[in-house]
Amino acid sequence: MSSAFLQYLFSGLTIGSIYALAGLGFSIIYNASRVINFAQGEFIMIGAMATVSLTGLGLPLLAAAPLAVAATVLVGVAVAKFAITPARGASPVTLIIITIGISVFLRGAAQALWGKGFHVLPPFSGDAPFVVLGAVLLPQSLWVLGTTLVVIAGLGWFFGRTLHGKAMLATSCNPLAAQLVGIRVSGVVLGAFGLAALLGAVGGIVMAPITFTSADAGIMLGLKGFSAAVLGGLGNGAGAVLGGLIVGMAEAMSAGYLSSSYKEATAFAIILFVLLFMPQGLLGRAGTERV
Amino acid sequence: MLIIADLTSHYGRVRALSGITLSVNEGETVALIGANGAGKSTLLRAISGVQEVSGGKMSFQGTDIRTKAPQERVGLGIVQVPEGRQVFASLSVEDNLRLGAYRRRGPSVAADIVRMMELFPVLHARRHQAAGHLSGGQQQMLALARALMAHPRLLLLDEPSMGLSPALVWAVYQAIADLKRQGTTILLVEQNAHAALSLADRGYVIETGAVVLTGTGAELLKDDRVRAAYLGL
Repeated sequence: MSSAFLQYLFSGLTIGSIYALAGLGFSIIYNASRVINFAQGEFIMIGAMATVSLTGLGLPLLAAAPLAVAATVLVGVAVAKFAITPARGASPVTLIIITIGISVFLRGAAQALWGKGFHVLPPFSGDAPFVVLGAVLLPQSLWVLGTTLVVIAGLGWFFGRTLHGKAMLATSCNPLAAQLVGIRVSGVVLGAFGLAALLGAVGGIVMAPITFTSADAGIMLGLKGFSAAVLGGLGNGAGAVLGGLIVGMAEAMSAGYLSSSYKEATAFAIILFVLLFMPQGLLGRAGTERV
Repeated sequence: MLIIADLTSHYGRVRALSGITLSVNEGETVALIGANGAGKSTLLRAISGVQEVSGGKMSFQGTDIRTKAPQERVGLGIVQVPEGRQVFASLSVEDNLRLGAYRRRGPSVAADIVRMMELFPVLHARRHQAAGHLSGGQQQMLALARALMAHPRLLLLDEPSMGLSPALVWAVYQAIADLKRQGTTILLVEQNAHAALSLADRGYVIETGAVVLTGTGAELLKDDRVRAAYLGL
């Protein structure tokens, strides 16, 4: 294995983890409400920007990050409560347009609050890189991978072991029956938006030391997350993770072996291919459990 | 226990219920008989709160329930086994049962799951399987058991025999008869009029969204109009 390949692999896995978390956000909201939430990228941005500005106020990262996550979750729940729930029963296209409107609004609010410039968060544990077989691995990449694994394990526990998680699965599986056993479906939608916002914020925060962040960082991250979810099969949790890693990897490889100017196009080439030739995605039908 | 007066409901501009009046007393088993599209399922959906009503009154144990959300009605004890079973297909049998008790908390839930598996042994054998992999009859048992997990005061059964073989219909009706003996109040919707009326204390015949005939189960079984229209005699 050449050290260049290993290098691309590391960066693909790192960025792919963030796409995976964003893709999971898309799938969780889609399952609970059949809404494709194009404001998912803004959740990522808000998590990162809020952390930057809280640490700027002098808070230690250990306090700033959880506060930023909590704030993003509040934004997510508010979006569901004030923009999605009132439009219940509207057509999917209408709901999608609503989420696009929300993303524009959140982006504008972020620009008003934090300006248009780029911001960076210092790495969590220094920036002395490890050298692995000639390739450079940043400590922050390990933070990204580790956090993603912890979050995925947490989701597995939530959906597999808790009553609230099962109620969410039940609602996505059969909303009528869910109502008939006494599950408040509008509450599940709020919970799904809160959870998706949490995933986005966590991803945004651990990624901010590597990629920089800005008020409109959410557009691209959201679209890549959407590509990940569609590639894996919209509504399939394992698919979203797989899709995220593939998109991240494809991006890193094409940047490395072709040209970095093709990097952004890779995700969209993948999404076009998926939509044209395999609209159900990689795991869209095979999985019985839809997260 | 359940009192419904002049209830109306619409699907868009189509009227599905045009002034239904009926009542169910504590401990009774009441059957609703009618052809396809007469409004039987719509009525049950309206009682559970998952179908909007446009007029009339609906009270349960003296409480007005018309404005109550579906989950509040489940909390009051109004629990439905919907048409077509509607199990959570991708979740395990055990999770389906657990979710049946969603409005309840506490350790008695686990004990109830064990009790349901004793009542329906086939569910025990398949407790870790996805509910969608069960046969139609097994899914019907699961749907019934899931509803019982909520500790219903009023059990609404929508076409529990639909799509089942005669042997399974018998088994399902055995289970319902057991519930009746234990004192559960039951409102039963059926196209299989003979089975339903044989079991029921009282019955209502519904046509185009309104009650056209009522009486005890035995009276309705003997009624010429019922025999001609619903029993094929």
